[in-house]
Amino acid sequence: MSEPPGAAVSLTDAPPPASDAPSKPFAAQRVLPLRRPGRWIATAVVLVLAAQFVHGLVTNPFYQWDRFGYWFLRPTILDGLVVTLEVTAYSAVLGLLGGVLLALARLSKSPVLRAVSWVYIWTFRSIPLIVILLFLYNFSALYQTLSVGVPFGPAFFTFDESRLATDIVVAVVGLSLNQAAYAAEAVRGGILSVDQGQHEAAAALGLPKGYQFRKVVFPQALRSITPNYVNQLIDLVKATSLVFYVSLLDLFGAAQTMGATYPGDIVPLLLVVTVWYLILTTVVSVVQFYVERYFARGATRSLPPTPLQKLRTGVSDLRARIRRETAI
Amino acid sequence: MSTETLQIVPAAVEVHDVHKWYGAHRVLDGVDLTVRAGEVTVILGPSGSGKSTLLRVVNHLEKPEIGYVSVNGELIGVRKQGDHLKELSERAILAQRSNIGFVFQNFNLFPHLTVLENVAAAPVATGKLDRDEAQKLARELLDRVGLADKESAYPRQLSGGQQQRVAIARALALRPGVILFDEPTSALDPELVGEVLAVIKDLAKSGTTLVIVTHEIGFAREIADRVVFIDGGKIVEQGPPSEVLDKPQHERTRDFLSKVL
Ligand SMILES: Nc1ncnc2c1ncn2[C@@H]1O[C@H](COP(=O)(O)OP(=O)(O)OP(=O)(O)O)[C@@H](O)[C@H]1O
Ligand SMILES: [Mg+2]
Repeated sequence: MSEPPGAAVSLTDAPPPASDAPSKPFAAQRVLPLRRPGRWIATAVVLVLAAQFVHGLVTNPFYQWDRFGYWFLRPTILDGLVVTLEVTAYSAVLGLLGGVLLALARLSKSPVLRAVSWVYIWTFRSIPLIVILLFLYNFSALYQTLSVGVPFGPAFFTFDESRLATDIVVAVVGLSLNQAAYAAEAVRGGILSVDQGQHEAAAALGLPKGYQFRKVVFPQALRSITPNYVNQLIDLVKATSLVFYVSLLDLFGAAQTMGATYPGDIVPLLLVVTVWYLILTTVVSVVQFYVERYFARGATRSLPPTPLQKLRTGVSDLRARIRRETAI
Repeated sequence: MSTETLQIVPAAVEVHDVHKWYGAHRVLDGVDLTVRAGEVTVILGPSGSGKSTLLRVVNHLEKPEIGYVSVNGELIGVRKQGDHLKELSERAILAQRSNIGFVFQNFNLFPHLTVLENVAAAPVATGKLDRDEAQKLARELLDRVGLADKESAYPRQLSGGQQQRVAIARALALRPGVILFDEPTSALDPELVGEVLAVIKDLAKSGTTLVIVTHEIGFAREIADRVVFIDGGKIVEQGPPSEVLDKPQHERTRDFLSKVL
């Protein structure tokens, strides 16, 4: 529209074709890919280092891989794993719900809600998680009924009186309180990242307020909430190892206890824990990929390929390339 | 085209002595405007003159400090209380908006919903139609704007012109008595402008009340019943295109037209 007047002119008198232009028309010329010898050397170096590392890992007697094999699927360890998964799952869901509510309060027009939300986030981001857990633990020891009154999730209202159930509640409440404070900021950031035009369009169509949030704003916000929240989730998985200090035997706690009984096995037990956390993080990352892909619907012209699709195109690209190279 | 479901009852719009400030900056300075039912009004004016603000006051996306708007005699966003105007609840305002369509310069389609979902969402959300009826209506509207084959595409997979036509279908799905267009073709490549103007022209012919802010003077001449020229938050002159566009009375109008023509 507002092109400078000179622009049109310079387009019309384009330079004449260069005299050293190839004799064949471009369409018939094959473009040779640039060779990158540096990349090959770097790859070789990395491979050698990696091989050395793996060799050390496998052969060094320090790691006692036979004991690792012994412990990896022991029922004590698996029971601990179940506790870790349970505590993580409940805290992840409750933390996200709490985070959404806090973020909405933080963004609301009511100064009271905004202040309450701000104070909450400020408090629970300031107090170390372990302090929160110990607080709740001592609290619950004093008041056995406290956990019933905590306004989180109906799932806990029917728990039996056993100590384990109480400890799980304490752990979940503590982690959720902490998780919600961080989730609130992730959710708030996500909501703010949604274009103002979307709010306007929804308002102009007269969509009810709740519908605007649930169907227009939040689904778009989730696209940027997901990576942040998953980051937190991975933190959470590891933070569950703190519940050992409120006498809950999670994965780490189970290994710790076994280590006290079999002091010679501490290193393989720590390896067992490490490998399980690696597996959990991997699962979370894979789920993240597909969740992000789901929320990317419509945000990009085409969805990013799944690893399987990538593999397929990779193979067919390679084939095509080999065919081309050999055709010379 | 004129199927039962697409029937729209055109509404009249009255803007009464509207003043609007942003801080100390006066953006609308006593605007009076009457749009009769079924009439096409084109609003012209230099950048920053308050055209968008005026449109946004009509559907109460902006609240005027003084004055009011009524559609078919119903006050928008406020109600009379003694000698005063009192603001309505957000819910009531949202309900009123379904009679006032709005088409944005940047389309503002919902990118995570398909074209069909974009068009069918509002009638369902506002409780006017059930899902099946809304989808049927949405398909008819998409057909009307020439996009029947795009219903399962996502907005970002469409050209600008196509997106704007979807946005028009989306506004039509509520069967509003009046549709407001804020520079509907300004974000489009020149070769895509025509397809959107054709759709608007079709609407104009079918007797819907339209208020259009545009810089397309030729288009204004062709479809407007009335052209309103606005500058500095005031209506400088208004009348049929043959007068305002061809024999402008005011210096500022002449000045503006000489620049855009
Ligand atoms: N939210 C706001 N806060 C402060 N000033 C604003 C705001 N919105 C608009 N304005 C000012 O109000 C005036 C009128 O804006 P408006 O968008 O209505 O102009 P316009 O006629 O639509 O211009 P254009 O043709 O460029 O779209 C401008 O001077 C603008 O800077
Ligand atoms: Mg404008």
